Amino acid sequence: MTDRDADNPIIRLVHVHHTYGRLTALADLTFDVAKNEWVFISGPSGAGKTTLLKLLYFGTRASAGEVIVDGIPLAHLRRNGVPRLRRKCGVIFQDYKLIPGRTVFENVALVLEAAGCERRLISKKVRAVLRMVGMEGHADALPPRLSGGEQQRAAVARAIVGDPKIILADEPTGSLDEESARAVLDLLQTAHIRGATVIIATHDKGMIRSIGGRVLYLNQGRIYAAGHVERHYDRMVL
Amino acid sequence: MIAWYFKRAIEDILANRFLNAVTIATISLAILIVGFGVLFVENTGDVLAAWKRGARIMAYLKPNATAGAVPRLKWAIQSIDGVATARFIPRDQALAHLRAQMRRQASLFDHLAENPLPDAFEIRLLPTDEGWERIERIAARIGAFADVDDVEYGQQWVATFRSIVDLLRLAGIVTAGLFLLATVAIVANTIRLVIYSRQQEVEIMRLVGASEGFIKAPFYIEGLIQGFAGAVIGLGILFAVFSLLAAGAEQSAVVGLFEIRFLSAEMIAAIVATSMIVGWLGCYVSLSQSLRS
Repeated sequence: MTDRDADNPIIRLVHVHHTYGRLTALADLTFDVAKNEWVFISGPSGAGKTTLLKLLYFGTRASAGEVIVDGIPLAHLRRNGVPRLRRKCGVIFQDYKLIPGRTVFENVALVLEAAGCERRLISKKVRAVLRMVGMEGHADALPPRLSGGEQQRAAVARAIVGDPKIILADEPTGSLDEESARAVLDLLQTAHIRGATVIIATHDKGMIRSIGGRVLYLNQGRIYAAGHVERHYDRMVL
Repeated sequence: MIAWYFKRAIEDILANRFLNAVTIATISLAILIVGFGVLFVENTGDVLAAWKRGARIMAYLKPNATAGAVPRLKWAIQSIDGVATARFIPRDQALAHLRAQMRRQASLFDHLAENPLPDAFEIRLLPTDEGWERIERIAARIGAFADVDDVEYGQQWVATFRSIVDLLRLAGIVTAGLFLLATVAIVANTIRLVIYSRQQEVEIMRLVGASEGFIKAPFYIEGLIQGFAGAVIGLGILFAVFSLLAAGAEQSAVVGLFEIRFLSAEMIAAIVATSMIVGWLGCYVSLSQSLRS
């Protein structure tokens, strides 16, 4: 990360609050994420990790404060601007969110079809990404017939196929065995090496320790601690 | 991209066969009713037009009109714009013609002390596409001549026929309008059910960056396909019924007065387009209610 990247963050949150009715989900969050940075959002269940990711892909609008993603201020984002924002983000959902009635190939291709890519290019890119995630043999399978690990890899394929600037992953290894979890993380690291900014919400301390990078530790919707894993993490979570 | 939208629309139709079949059948029924109304109006319009083309006015002269007045009157009538010919029919010739026509009732004429028929002019008009006002205007001018007692051109028959046709036309428009409205509602319901069955898919599409246009286009194409299929089936049934009726009519005396014909190519195109618009509208209503982001 260069000084220029730090001055010109890809994500900026300034005094962000979010509430669900009377329940405060996020309170006074202020932080930046630089381009090509790898960031963990950690914290216990209910800390606000998923809500924070939702704010970033405009799954919900912040109740107050400023959220800027790749230069787009989301407070004033209009409905027709949402697809453009979401094409910048590859999102891996905790529950995968694959369309059950569509094959793995069709699920992954949807991102490129929605972006208006040519059919030939779509076919080429989707097959390449499925090969990369080890799912080329399941291209014609329907998601409900796949194991959790396979569905997660299909979800990763969908998240990276459009070469997004930002990858947002919500508990990407939460329900996976060790081998599948390692494979998914390898894929995310490959995307990161290719230039993507990666933000992972997880409470998996083992994963955070093994990969390293910056971590924001949330508790009750607030940034309880922030710093680099190598230096601060053990102190944060204790 | 269009091919992709069509593929999705066809997949939806096949996935919801029964719903779509009911919708298409309803559109067909509405188109059948609308088409029948248009067919009726077009053909009755032809009857009136045929009558107008060969329109004939009879001008009956006053009993005291002198023989010398006839050539002057003939010249005056023929000088009226729109008159083709004016043929004088003396009262004796008219009676002879009547006797010939009513040969079986010849005894009716035996006790006639004198000829009750007046001298008359049979006036043929030039063929034109102008309206009834022209015939009425010419008849009024002929009736204004001093030696003319009465003018007759089937005005009562025409007025009655026109009012019946107008009434049926109005009823047809109202019925067609109601049917098309009902069809819009039925298409809207079908699309709404399809949307509900695809709610999760629509949400996921939004999350991966699909625009509203990208999501909605297949539904609109589905509505257009329903409208097109409904129109083709409805018009097909109408043509089959028409062919049967026309074959029967060919053996009746009606033929010769005017030609019974099916809808023109332009009218068929207009009906198909209307049906597709109905499908599109139903889709629009449904999407604006069910697919709010």
